[in-house]
Amino acid sequence: MTPAPAAMPAITIRNVNKSFGNATVIRGLNLTVLQGERHAVIGPNGAGKSTTFNLISGFITPTSGEILLRNQVISGLPPYQINRRGLSRSFQVTNVFANMSVWENVRCAVLWATGHRYAFWKNVDRLPEVRERTAEILEDIGLLARRDVPAGLLTYAEQRALEIGITTAGGADVILLDEPTAGMSHAETERAVELIRRLTEGRTLVIVEHDMSVVFGLADRISVLVYGQIIASGTPDEIRRDPKVKEAYLGAEAA
Amino acid sequence: MSDISAPLPRPRSLVAETVRFYGMWIAVAVVLVALPQIFSSGGALTTFSLIGISIIFAMSYNILLGQTGMLSFGHAVYYGLGGFLAIHGMNMLAASKASVPLPLVPLIGALAGLTFALLLGWVSTRRSGTAFAMISLGVAELVSSSALILRSFFGGEAGITTNRTKLFHIFGWSFGPQIQIYYMVAAWTLLAVIAMYALTRTPLGRMCNAVRDNPERVQFVGYDPHVIRYMAFCFAGFFAGIAGGLSAINFEIANSAYLGAAQSGTALFAAYIGGIGLFIGPIVGAIFVTYLSLVLSDLTSVWQLYFGLIFISVVVFAPGGIAGLLMKHRLVVRAGMLLSVLKAYLVALVPTAAMLAGLVLAIEIIVRHTVNATGGPNINMFGMSLNSASPTVWLLSVGLVLAGYAIAHRTWAYVAHAWDHAATIAREKGYLA
Repeated sequence: MTPAPAAMPAITIRNVNKSFGNATVIRGLNLTVLQGERHAVIGPNGAGKSTTFNLISGFITPTSGEILLRNQVISGLPPYQINRRGLSRSFQVTNVFANMSVWENVRCAVLWATGHRYAFWKNVDRLPEVRERTAEILEDIGLLARRDVPAGLLTYAEQRALEIGITTAGGADVILLDEPTAGMSHAETERAVELIRRLTEGRTLVIVEHDMSVVFGLADRISVLVYGQIIASGTPDEIRRDPKVKEAYLGAEAA
Repeated sequence: MSDISAPLPRPRSLVAETVRFYGMWIAVAVVLVALPQIFSSGGALTTFSLIGISIIFAMSYNILLGQTGMLSFGHAVYYGLGGFLAIHGMNMLAASKASVPLPLVPLIGALAGLTFALLLGWVSTRRSGTAFAMISLGVAELVSSSALILRSFFGGEAGITTNRTKLFHIFGWSFGPQIQIYYMVAAWTLLAVIAMYALTRTPLGRMCNAVRDNPERVQFVGYDPHVIRYMAFCFAGFFAGIAGGLSAINFEIANSAYLGAAQSGTALFAAYIGGIGLFIGPIVGAIFVTYLSLVLSDLTSVWQLYFGLIFISVVVFAPGGIAGLLMKHRLVVRAGMLLSVLKAYLVALVPTAAMLAGLVLAIEIIVRHTVNATGGPNINMFGMSLNSASPTVWLLSVGLVLAGYAIAHRTWAYVAHAWDHAATIAREKGYLA
């Protein structure tokens, strides 16, 4: 499903730099993710992949440069405002509400999008659209039978599924997944990829991933990040053939 | 494991839940009405009134600590300002002969608590954790020291007094007798507890829990944790103001102690000892702490020391508080292992009690010897008169502590073993540990 050439950019990163003290982690980063595509960001450890996600999602602000979501500048906005504009991210290290049940975890991610916001005059158990959407997400991620279990007591693979569920529950149309299959067995990875494919259908997906079979199986386009810069961007075939990528990152593995 | 054959989306019947919900509150209301028939002495009614006020205050505190994860050292500011405004309001109402009856006065306290929380909360709720705790402490010191400076409003050291019987009489109630105050406090306590329970079931209430668990992630599901903390803070101030207003009515006086660190401490104590993780925890804690402080302060001059020891014990041995400890036993009961656990408790009880008795004896003779030496050498304990100057008594206390600990230590291992066994069986039967 290659996007039409005239597709609008979902995310545009223009000349972004990020330094922590003297250390420059991101240098002159430029990246365009088109609407509706599945875009993978790969690169060696320490290349700045998670930092890039943190920049896009508003967790940290760029030292210079700007980031646009659907042609609107979002760099400098707090994470919750970026989220309200339709961008949602997951975390590399599972980041859920550990003492709350699986059901409540997903429901928290549904409440803002369904317009209930900070309401203190409504019974949260009597909001039909919230209940339906929460049940739907839980069914999708296969955790409906575990709905009353505190999230902290789930197995690792279940927590990763919940992480994806929380990320997609709000209905954002741009989804950022940070290493969703890290630490999973082969079978678990296959199920996770299937889940990601299903949940991000019709949305824009940006994924950071180390597992090359996942990357090449899932992505429409791939960008390679090395030392805080994109050294190549293209279809999986183009990336596979790119000599710069071979040299810098894939090495003998891709030959 | 996506077994969707079971009809899961609505597992709990809303109707059954509604019936149980209202049934419980009606039962509580009946108990509150019946209590004075059983314990009709003036002392009992005063105790009940204090407990009611303390319940509202501790629960309002738990909106911060238990629900939203904010440790405040200055919650008495909103309680105290609620109390002062209620007193001023009563004096004005009495002077103007307005037809506002006394039971509405706690609303003045509530609005005062809310207003000051709105004013003081925005900055302090920017961060949770240590920053919030420190700012709350600073604000508390600021307000309580200004109580001694702004004399016309706070009345200086003496405070301000009022006469609650001078207000408009409704149903012919003068609110002079304690029984009428009891009923008013009971009604307000029930209302406030229901309202605070309802608050936990709203979108805001659930997002408070989310902020407590993981404020970082909350930002990535569309919420500003600062706004959530601020709103929780305002609700906490509102309910603390009700408690302060009721207290002002009950004592007919408000003074700087209402605003002080000690008053803030009682809310922290009650909430934590009762258990901050459960809605019912602060209620249990408020009853326990209020009753115990009344009883202990009659028995010993160093009752606050015992309070500190109890608090430390709860923090170390039962971080879930009394309610959390009791709830843990649900699992044991379900597994059908209650008897074996109780047996272990009984075995541990004797040496543990001996150890504690030795400790209490040691504390009391030391206090008598050092602080209250003028009261003569004899102290009354456990129905006996013991000579605090006698080496035998000192040896007895040391012996009790040491021997008690030596034996109790082993019985605790036995209790732990019985618990593990019960938990294993519970897990085998499919209950979550």
